Amino acid sequence: MLYKTKRLLISICLIIICFLLQTTVFQSLNFGGIVPNLMMILTASFGFMRGKRTGLLFGFFCGLLADIFFADVLGLNAMIYMYIGYTNGKFNRIFYPEDIKLPLLLILVSDLSYGLLYYITRFLMRGRFHFVYYFRHIILPEMVYTILITLLLYPLILFVNKRLEASEQRSARKFV
Amino acid sequence: MSPVVKKKGEKFTLPSKYLLFILTLLCMALIVLTFNTNFLSAPLSAAGGFLVTPLQVGISKAGSWLNTRSEELVQIRSLLSENEQLRAQVDELTMENIKLQQDRYELTNLRELYDLDAQYDDYDKVGARIIAKDSGNWFHSFVINKGYQDGLAIDMNVMAGSGLVGRIVDVGPDWSKVMSIIDDNSNTSGMVLSTSDNLIVCGDLELYADGVIRFEKLIDSADRVVEGDKIVTSNVSDKYLPGILIGYISSINVDSNNLTKSGLITPAVDFEHLEEVLVITELKKVPDDSQS
Repeated sequence: MLYKTKRLLISICLIIICFLLQTTVFQSLNFGGIVPNLMMILTASFGFMRGKRTGLLFGFFCGLLADIFFADVLGLNAMIYMYIGYTNGKFNRIFYPEDIKLPLLLILVSDLSYGLLYYITRFLMRGRFHFVYYFRHIILPEMVYTILITLLLYPLILFVNKRLEASEQRSARKFV
Repeated sequence: MSPVVKKKGEKFTLPSKYLLFILTLLCMALIVLTFNTNFLSAPLSAAGGFLVTPLQVGISKAGSWLNTRSEELVQIRSLLSENEQLRAQVDELTMENIKLQQDRYELTNLRELYDLDAQYDDYDKVGARIIAKDSGNWFHSFVINKGYQDGLAIDMNVMAGSGLVGRIVDVGPDWSKVMSIIDDNSNTSGMVLSTSDNLIVCGDLELYADGVIRFEKLIDSADRVVEGDKIVTSNVSDKYLPGILIGYISSINVDSNNLTKSGLITPAVDFEHLEEVLVITELKKVPDDSQS
C-alpha cells in the first residue's frame, strides 16, 4: 500500500513541476515566442512506460491543470491530453527502456496531434482557415523545441520510473 | 467473461477502457457546463490558485532573474549608442514638455469650464507582477499576482505604461487571469481619437509575430482617418473605460464592400517584454440588465 501512495505523490509532484516550468521558466527561455510542451512529454512518456491507464490519468490531470489556469472552456485540454496519453499506452507492449527511438517518435507524434486537435477545436471552429500559417509558425516550432527538451527530460523521467518500479518489486517480493 | 468481474483475492480496478469512457463523459459535461455557465470556474480556480500560485511566484522570479542576466550582457553594447540618441532626445523632449505644459494649463482651464472629469491619470490603479503565461503557444493570456483580496474583480482594465493591455477574465484570492487585446479571442471596441469614429480591434495570432494587431469595421466616409492616428478605447465599450490608448494606425485600406475600412494598429504596449502591469480598480458602469 505504501508504494502506491509514494507513486501517487511522485506523480502529482511531476505534473505540478512540469506545469510550473512550462508557465514560468520556459516562458523566459522561449525561442521566438514558442514554449516547449513539457506536460505532453510527461503524459506521453508515462503512457508508453506504464500503460493506458496511467497515460490517460496523467493526460487528464495535466490537461485539467492547463484548463483551470488558461482556458475559457474547462475540459477541452483535459480531453485531448487524455486521449493522447491513452493512445501512447497502447505502445506499452513494444516499449523497451534501452530504446530511445520509439519514445522520441511517440512524443513527436503526440505533440503534432495535440497541435492539430487544438487547432481544429479552437481555431478552425472560429473560421480561421489559414492552416499552413499556424502549422509553420506554431505547431512545427513547438514540435522541434519539445523534441530538443525531450532529449534532456526523458532520461530523468525514465530514471524516476525505474526507481519507482524497483521499489515496487522489492515490496512485492516482501509479501510473497 | 466481462472484464469488470472481480477475481478472487485481487483488488478491484476499473479497466482503462471504462475509465477513459467515464472521464470523456466528464470532460464533455465540463465543456458544456463551462461554455454556457460559469458557476464551476470559481471553486476550481480557487483550488488551483491555492496550490500553484505561490510556487509560480517564486519560480517566475528566478526565471526572470536568469533572463535579465543573460539579456544584460547582450544589451550593454547597444545601450552605449542608445544613450547618445537618448540624450539628444531628452533635449528635444524638454522643449516639447515646456510647450505641453502650457497646453495643459490651457486644457485644465477648459476642462473646468466644461466640467469634465480628467482623463485616466485619475483612475485608481494597482501595480501587479506577471507570474505565469499561457502554457500553450496559441493564446496570449497571463496570470498576475493579485486577486480579489487586493480588490480586483472580473472585467477590470489592465494597462502597462500608457497603453491598454487587456482585461481581467478570471479572478482568484491572490491571482487573476488577464486576457490581452492581442489574444486571438479578443475583440475590443475602439475609437479614433481625432475623429471619434468607432472601430473594432481584433487580436490575431497570424499578426502576432509582426507586433501589430488588426482593426475592422471603421466607418470613415469622409476619409479623415490617416496612418499614425491614435486609437483609444471607445465610449460605447461595455468592458473598457473610455479614452485608454490602444495604439497607432500603421496601415489602412478600404474593405471590398466599399463602406468600411480595416487595417493594422501598432500597439502602444510592448507585449513581448511585459513584466509589470497596472490594474485600474474601477469598473465601467453599465446598465444592470446586460441581456442585449
